[in-house]
Amino acid sequence: MASKVIHAFYNDDDVLMHAVKKVKAAKHHIEEVYCPFPVHGLDKAMGLAPTRIAITSFMYGCVGLTVAIVMMNYIMIQDWPQDIGGKPSFSYLENMPAFVPIMFELTVFFAAHLMVITFYLRSRLWPFKEAENPDVRTTDDHFLMEIEIHDNEQELKDLLMDTGAVEINITEK
Amino acid sequence: MYTFSNRLKIASFILMAVGVLGIGIGFMAAPSTVEEAKAIVAGHGDGHGDAHAVTEGHGDEMGHGEAHDASHDEHLLHQLQNKPWAALYVAAFFFFMIALGVLAFYAIQRAAQAGWSPLLFRVMEGITAYLVPGGIIVFVILALSVAHMNHLFVWMDPEVVAHDKLLQGKAGFLNGTFFLIRAAVFLGGWILYREYSRKLSLAQDESSVDSNFKLNFRISAAFLVFYLISESMMSWDWIMSVDPHWFSTLFGWYIFASMFVSGITVIAMVTIYLKSRGYLPDVNDSHIHDLAKFMFGISIFWTYLWFSQFMLIWYSNIPEEVTYYVTRIADFNLPFFGMVAMNFLFPVLLLMNSDFKRVNWFVIMTGIVILAGHYLDIFNAIMPATVGDQWFIGIPEIGSILFFAGLFIFFVFRALTKAPLQPKRNPFIEESKHFHY
Repeated sequence: MASKVIHAFYNDDDVLMHAVKKVKAAKHHIEEVYCPFPVHGLDKAMGLAPTRIAITSFMYGCVGLTVAIVMMNYIMIQDWPQDIGGKPSFSYLENMPAFVPIMFELTVFFAAHLMVITFYLRSRLWPFKEAENPDVRTTDDHFLMEIEIHDNEQELKDLLMDTGAVEINITEK
Repeated sequence: MYTFSNRLKIASFILMAVGVLGIGIGFMAAPSTVEEAKAIVAGHGDGHGDAHAVTEGHGDEMGHGEAHDASHDEHLLHQLQNKPWAALYVAAFFFFMIALGVLAFYAIQRAAQAGWSPLLFRVMEGITAYLVPGGIIVFVILALSVAHMNHLFVWMDPEVVAHDKLLQGKAGFLNGTFFLIRAAVFLGGWILYREYSRKLSLAQDESSVDSNFKLNFRISAAFLVFYLISESMMSWDWIMSVDPHWFSTLFGWYIFASMFVSGITVIAMVTIYLKSRGYLPDVNDSHIHDLAKFMFGISIFWTYLWFSQFMLIWYSNIPEEVTYYVTRIADFNLPFFGMVAMNFLFPVLLLMNSDFKRVNWFVIMTGIVILAGHYLDIFNAIMPATVGDQWFIGIPEIGSILFFAGLFIFFVFRALTKAPLQPKRNPFIEESKHFHY
């Protein structure tokens, strides 16, 4: 059986923030909030778990650093050692300062790109994916709060009207 | 209003007294004849003599050649006589540079019309109060150097210049009179801005319009131009010229990064201290978080400059440039690389996590390491040219640190008592109170 959800529309992020806090205070579970832009502090107000993307970023950075060290060691020391500017490439450690820019760049490169890819995977986003927005106005100037209904339609409607919603729709999901 | 607690005041006096004792012992222990100097080195056991060959690269003894042994001993005597002076100078400059770094940070906040920081303005103004006593002491040490009381700056010695073509070429800029005139202009400019901006800041509290605030904005923007030029030249004069043959084009930025991060660290530490005593009630976690972000970011900036300077000189391997690093890696290995660990690895790993930047004791702990690391940075900049391989962090060095730490605490906290800790009528004070990350 498809569940019924209530969609409340807001046209201001401050009003939305207050509404979210009120709904949370009334002990209702908010399914999702759709916004045209990121609203500062909304994740905390909704009670979402803190992101762990920073941890993955750190690990990807470590991977990048390792790749840089192994790569430069193979290219410059083992495979084809050269004498550059009177500094023969006999040992990685003695030539290390020359490799620091590469180590830095690859650390940043891996951390940044893999973090973005992780974010896409985690958010189930890929090219040509159908948008999940229930209403196109959430990509323009409206905010939408989605709450599941459990035989409390009227109560929710009253509460949401009270918080300053500009429109309320009931839909099957 | 903040009241200077007796315990802190007594602590600052004790620091000063112990420091004076240490400085005094340092001067008493310095040798006055070549024989004494040789006896001191012999007393330390063997191994010292061999390392000497390395320190000779930096040019203060171009003309020695034939009379090698005699001039070698003379050189040793000068190094040992320099030791207490260099210790005094490094500590005096280090604490002065904290105040100067805070002044730059303050001027940037003013010029940017920052909304988050007005709650911390009085703390910054308190710290910059040290510019006057600290600046005078540094100036006196420089003047005594010009008066040949010590041999910190080898280019001040007419004997050396007479045998040195490069120094003769630089004599138009590097001469005692012009050196002191420049120092006076720099110090005068910094102190003038500090006092005037402080006056406007206090006047704004009592005023009913924002004219003081606007004027402060304008003079701060103008001051930053003066500061960037004067700070850069100051770093050539006061630090780079101890190695008068060596030069680096990013040296001004490098010293700036050091003073900036030390200054921000001290702002964070003083703020956390005052908060722990129940002052600054409106300063919240987010302010500390922002200061810690600056500590983290500027530590990386410092490392970037340190490495940029090092790598180019290391790679190009030009003899007159690379001696600077050869001396440091050979004779100062532990402080030289230890400094990189303390100023880069430690803050990067400890302050990387967002939550740790809000934990006060964490910020204090990291701050202590950063400050010690940047003391070592100045130490590494001055000592190789002045005392060579005779360096040691002993009684004169620690005594000087304690003395200036006491003086710094005394003047900073005395200045904090002079005005309410929270500005009343800064136009951005409400934004600062509600600052939330």
